[in-house]
Amino acid sequence: MINSKVAVKPGKPWAATPRERALDLGAILLAAVGSFALVALSELKGKLAYAGVFFLLIIVINFIHNYLSRGIATAKDSIASTFAVAGVLITLLPITSIMFSIFERGKTGFKLNLFTSDMKLNGPNDPLNQGGLLHALTGSGIMVGIALIISLPIGILTAIYLTEIKGFFTRPIRFLVQAMSGVPSIVAGLFILSAIVFPITKTPSGLMGGLALSILMIPTIARTSEEVLLLIPPDLREAGIALGGTQWRTISQIVVPAAKSGLMTAIILGVARVAGETAPLVLVSGGGDALNLNPTSGPMGSFPFYIWKSFTFGTTESIARAWAGIFILLVLIFILFIAARLLGGDRKKK
Amino acid sequence: MSTTAPGAKSATSTISTPAKREITTKPRLSDKVFRGVATTGGLSSLVILGLIFVFLAFQGFQVLRSEGLGFITGSNWEVVQDNVGNTNLEASQFGIAAMLIGTVICATIAVIIAVPISVLCALYLTFYAPNFIKRLMVALIDLMAAFPSILFGMWGYFVLMPHAEYWAQLLHKYFGWLPFFKMDVDIFERSPFVAGVVLSTMIIPIITSVSREIFSQTPLDRIQAAYALGSTRWAMIKAVVIPYGRSGVVGGAMLGLGRAMGETVAVYTVLNLVYQINWQVLIGAGGNVASMILLKFGEAGPTETKALMAAGLALFILTLIVNSAANVIVTKTGGKGR
Repeated sequence: MINSKVAVKPGKPWAATPRERALDLGAILLAAVGSFALVALSELKGKLAYAGVFFLLIIVINFIHNYLSRGIATAKDSIASTFAVAGVLITLLPITSIMFSIFERGKTGFKLNLFTSDMKLNGPNDPLNQGGLLHALTGSGIMVGIALIISLPIGILTAIYLTEIKGFFTRPIRFLVQAMSGVPSIVAGLFILSAIVFPITKTPSGLMGGLALSILMIPTIARTSEEVLLLIPPDLREAGIALGGTQWRTISQIVVPAAKSGLMTAIILGVARVAGETAPLVLVSGGGDALNLNPTSGPMGSFPFYIWKSFTFGTTESIARAWAGIFILLVLIFILFIAARLLGGDRKKK
Repeated sequence: MSTTAPGAKSATSTISTPAKREITTKPRLSDKVFRGVATTGGLSSLVILGLIFVFLAFQGFQVLRSEGLGFITGSNWEVVQDNVGNTNLEASQFGIAAMLIGTVICATIAVIIAVPISVLCALYLTFYAPNFIKRLMVALIDLMAAFPSILFGMWGYFVLMPHAEYWAQLLHKYFGWLPFFKMDVDIFERSPFVAGVVLSTMIIPIITSVSREIFSQTPLDRIQAAYALGSTRWAMIKAVVIPYGRSGVVGGAMLGLGRAMGETVAVYTVLNLVYQINWQVLIGAGGNVASMILLKFGEAGPTETKALMAAGLALFILTLIVNSAANVIVTKTGGKGR
C-alpha cells in the first residue's frame, strides 16, 4: 500500500545516454573528416579509399576511446561491433544498388504498349514504342501455372508424408528434398530435354518449360509446407482422431484447412522461385516471339527468355527493353513476396 | 470378445475377470489409400533425382564411353566432322576439366568473399540489431534470396563489373606477388574474379540466413552465463556462439558453394569462357560448366548435345555431393542446442 503511492518511473539504465550518443556521433564525424584529410594528402584515391580509411579511423577512434574509459575488453568489443555493422552495410549495398539501378534504367523502356503487344512483327532493336512483352507475360503465366499444377500436389503430399505419416522413408526423403533444392536449374532443363523432348516430342514447347520449372518448384513447396504443417499444434490432430475420424479425414478436413494460409505462402514462394528461371527455359521452351496460348505446340515466350534475348542482342534499344522487362519481373516478385509476408503474418497471429 | 452382461452371473459363482480386449489398429481402406498416395508423393523426390541421373547418363553414355576418364581430365572440346557433316566421335575430343576447375574456382572466390560478410551480418542481426532493423533486414535478405539469377546477371554486367574490374586492378597492384594474382597478360575484363564477386552477392543471402538460424539456436543459458560472468558482447560471441555455430556456418558456406557452382546465367554474362585451365584468377579467362552448356547448346549437333548432357551429369553429381554434405552438417548442428 505504501509503495503504490511512490511513482516509480521505469528507466533504461542500459540505453545510451545523450552524452554517449554525442560521443558516438563525434567519433563518426572525426573519422569522416580524417578520411577526407588523409585521402587528400596521400596518394590514395577513389571511393574505396574513402570507405577504407573511414572504416579504419572509426575502429581506431572507438578503440582508443573505449580503452581509455573502460579498458581493453570493452575496446575489443567495440572493434567487433564496428565489424558487425560493416557486414550489414556491405550486405545492404548490393540490394539497394540492384533495386535502384533497375528502377533507374527500367523506367526508360517502361511503356504501356509493353502490355498490349508481342514481338511478332518487331525485332529487339525496334523503337521502344513498338512491340511488347504480352507473349512473355502470358507464356510465363502458363508455364508457371503448369509447374504449379504438377508441383503443388507432389510438394504437399511430400510434406504430409514427412510430418503426418512419418514412415520408414522420412529421413531419406527429407534429405533428398533438400538435395533436390540444390539441383542447378540448367540440369533441370537438360533432364527434360533428355527425357521428354528428344525421345518423345522432338520439339520444344511451353509444356516442357512448365515441366522443367516444376522440378525446381517441388522442393521449395515441399520444404515450406513441411515447416507450415509442423506449426499446426498436435492437439488438433489428436482431437480429430479422438472424435473418431480416420487419419485421412483428420488431415484433409482439419490439418490442411488449418494450415491454409501457410500453404498459400508455400505456393507463392514456389512461384517466386521459378518465375525468373532463365536457363531451363532457354533450353526447352523454344522462346517464341509471338503470342502463343497453346502449351503443347509451338515455341512459347517467357519473361526471362525475353529479357535474355533482348540482353544478348546488345544494342541500346534492346538493352532498354531488357531493363524494362526485368523491372516488371522485379515488381511481380515484390508483390508475390509481400503477399507471402502478409499471409505468413496472418498465421502467426492465430 | 463378447463380455458378459453385468448382473447376470454375479449372483452365482466366482468373480471372473473378463478376457482382455484385443486392441487392433486396423486402418480403413480410405486411410490405406491415403497413406499409399502420400508415400508415393513423398518418394517422388527420390524418383525424380534418380530419373535425372538415369536419363543424363543414358544420353551421355556414348560420349562418356568413347572419352572414358578423359572426359573429366581432358581440357579440349573439339568437334570433328567428316565431309558429309556427321560428327566423328573417335576424332572429336570432349573434356571438361578446364570448365570443372573453373567452376570450382569461381564458386570458391564467391564463398571466400561472402562468408565473412554473411557471418558478420548474421552476428549483427542476431545479437546487436534493434528489433525493427532486424525485421526489415531479414525481409530484405529473404527478398534478395528470391531474386532471379538473370537479374544478378544483368546488374552484375552493367553495374558491378566495372567496379569489380577496378578492385581486380587494385588486387593485382598490391598483391601481385601472390601466384594466383599474377598476370601474364593485362586483361582484367570478365575474369573469374569478377564472376566470383557477382556470385558472392548471390550467395550472401543464403549463407546469412543459414548462419542466422544457427546462431539464434545458441543455448540461451550459456549466453546468459557468459554475460553473468561479466563478459562483453564480443567475449560472449567468441566463447559461446562461435564454438557452437562454427560447423553450421561451414554447412551454410557449402550450401552457398553448391548454389554458386550450379549458377548459369549470372556467370554467363560476366565470365569470358576460355578452354584452358587458368589459375590466375584476375585474367579474363575462366570456365564454368553450366555456362558452357548454355553457350554451346545453341549450335550443337546431335553428338555434341550428348556430350553436353554428360557435362550436365558431371555438374549434377558435383552439386549433389556438395549440397548433401552441407545439409548433413547443417542438420547436425541445428537442434543440438536449447
